[in-house]
Amino acid sequence: MAVKPQDIVSNEYKYGFRDEEHYVFKSQRGLSRQVVEQLSQMKGEPEWMLRFRLRALELFYRKPLPTWGADLSDINFDDIFYYVRPSETRARDWDEVPEGIKRTFDRLGIPEAERKFLAGVSAQYESEVVYHNIRADLEKQGVLFLDMDSGLAQHPELVKEYFGTVIPPGDNKFAALNSAVWSGGSFIYVPKGVQVEIPLQAYFRINTENMGQFERTLIIADEGARVHYIEGCTAPTYTTNSLHSAVVELVAKKGAHIRYTTIQNWSGNVYNLVTKRAVAYEDALVEWVDGNLGSKVTMKYPGVYLMGERARAEIISVAFAGAGQHQDAGGKVIHAAPNTSSTITSKSISKDGGRTSYRGLLKVYPGCHDVKAFVRCDALLLDETSRSDTYPSIEIDDERVDIGHEATVSKIGDEQLFYLMSRGMDEGEAKTMIVNGFFEPFTKELPMEYALELNRLLALSMEGAVG
Amino acid sequence: MTDTTPLLRVEDLRVAIDGKPILRGVSLEVRRGEVHALMGPNGSGKSTLANTLMGHPRYQVTSGQVRFNGEDVTRLTADKRAKRGMFLAFQYPVAIPGVSLGNFLRSAVKAARGDGMSAMDFRKQLRANMELLKMDPSFAGRYTNEGFSGGEKKRAEVLQMAMLRPELAIMDETDSGLDIDALRVVAEGVNALKQARPEMAVLIITHYQRILNYITPDVVHVLVAGRVVESGGAELVQRLEAEGYEPFLAADRRAGESEFAVGVSTNGR
Repeated sequence: MAVKPQDIVSNEYKYGFRDEEHYVFKSQRGLSRQVVEQLSQMKGEPEWMLRFRLRALELFYRKPLPTWGADLSDINFDDIFYYVRPSETRARDWDEVPEGIKRTFDRLGIPEAERKFLAGVSAQYESEVVYHNIRADLEKQGVLFLDMDSGLAQHPELVKEYFGTVIPPGDNKFAALNSAVWSGGSFIYVPKGVQVEIPLQAYFRINTENMGQFERTLIIADEGARVHYIEGCTAPTYTTNSLHSAVVELVAKKGAHIRYTTIQNWSGNVYNLVTKRAVAYEDALVEWVDGNLGSKVTMKYPGVYLMGERARAEIISVAFAGAGQHQDAGGKVIHAAPNTSSTITSKSISKDGGRTSYRGLLKVYPGCHDVKAFVRCDALLLDETSRSDTYPSIEIDDERVDIGHEATVSKIGDEQLFYLMSRGMDEGEAKTMIVNGFFEPFTKELPMEYALELNRLLALSMEGAVG
Repeated sequence: MTDTTPLLRVEDLRVAIDGKPILRGVSLEVRRGEVHALMGPNGSGKSTLANTLMGHPRYQVTSGQVRFNGEDVTRLTADKRAKRGMFLAFQYPVAIPGVSLGNFLRSAVKAARGDGMSAMDFRKQLRANMELLKMDPSFAGRYTNEGFSGGEKKRAEVLQMAMLRPELAIMDETDSGLDIDALRVVAEGVNALKQARPEMAVLIITHYQRILNYITPDVVHVLVAGRVVESGGAELVQRLEAEGYEPFLAADRRAGESEFAVGVSTNGR
């Protein structure tokens, strides 16, 4: 089993093991112009990319930390390693991956998953992708699935055309940071009309203490194309903080369909501050299926700009917050064309003092008639000490629209528990069933292997929920 | 060997909710294979008895006992009672969003019966029982009790009873909210289950006699103001139909006065 949606509610983090550090280069601690220049030089990048990075660095310095959302005051930007190069090569065969790193991915089940049910796999360790492969038949159809650095080297025109257009460096402080020091991530191009039926997967692993991982992903689905991308992530448990700050840009051209699934399971010392956005043109469909289970703090609101008529957006955001966790998640949809439609479904569970927030934006521009949009947020609290908040923001500048919004907060009810227990289930089994049912809208969108694993892990972690 | 231990023995059961006494000394015995009806007006404590027998934590047993197969189960949680063969068909079954009836039943069968029924046997039994209750097979894919009509909920309860094969089925107002056709289907379903497993005992809790037109009880109890005031055969149903609960209520009011007198003297001790 690959990227495991594990430990969704687990008190025990199964992937907190750490390896010795494997690197061939590690930048000095902290961020500076020199670090950025050195990084770009080591990658042998074109001049325009270096300028892009340096401009972004200036923006990062200038922009303040967000004053809303989660508490970020504990992040010390001078303490972080911004670039760690784990190996000199990028393998297409697991046997070529350095032994220590390969062992890690074996433990995470990645090579096995690739054999079983994936069309392509990318594995990033620290700052670089160490393994990358795609099925030959897809490659033959012209599908590009590369790490972002190789994408830039091999398809510079394509990258230059789209890179930073959906999320400009000045979008927010963390988008600026990523733009300055990005490394790794995926570059995907699916040609006109090509349907990639089975998922492509990327796996991200941080190993080094105080590491900052800044992968950059760009997916372009050309007219009528279709692709499903899944990413998963884990890290060792350290007492000090690590930072993960990705930027993900999706471009769905006319009639294209992109589904992007995330199962985020960072360890409890990782700040996960990610900017994800898609543009959807005429008749395109973009789906974000976003599961946030791990990390200390997550701030992430995948967005879709509906730019052409009949474009659609579906966002499913699921968050679980246990002790010491704050999941500030949600979704944003901008209706910038008539006849567009969107749904945002948010499901969150808080337990043991954990905190979840739904933060969303729904915006309809003037002249965008016959827009349909629906936002639904459900929060489930497993105990009295946990917390959930909702910050929906709805801006509608056209009257010919159909907008719905529903929000519920519930606790596991005594009557539900009694009902299930009267059928022979003990309290833990009963709670697990209620939680599984609550997450159903999320799990049913996952490939079978992930859904089963998720339910199994839910059961494991709910064992401690009784009493 | 004849087993003389009653399947269910309720001894002088007193139950309170939030400190307020509801059951004031209920005693009854149900033997294996018997069908009992417990009838009473609104507010007499019928549902309290049903929920208490199944172990609802909100109902506090202040004194008395519930014995099942000779074992004192008064302090056991609901899941343990279910595993021992007790079942409650709920008056108001709650929805379990996101959990299909089929998955719910699968887990329930595994938990309550504890046998390793194969997936194929489970599906076979489920299909047969749904047919018996005239339920569309697609029902198994719907989320448990979510958006079910009153009649669908009651059928789903009887379906669970069929799948879990309890030794004692307590049916709390299963007839309420059913139209005459739905009532017939449910009652005939119960009869068919009873025929297939004659050893199963059934305790039907109801306000009205109409379900008893389909299912003939061996014993009938009348519950008034938290006490069984009369027990008898099926003919008691006819008497209730003719006279209503009023004669029993009047008798209870007289008894209540004397209890109040006892209460005063106890306090004065």
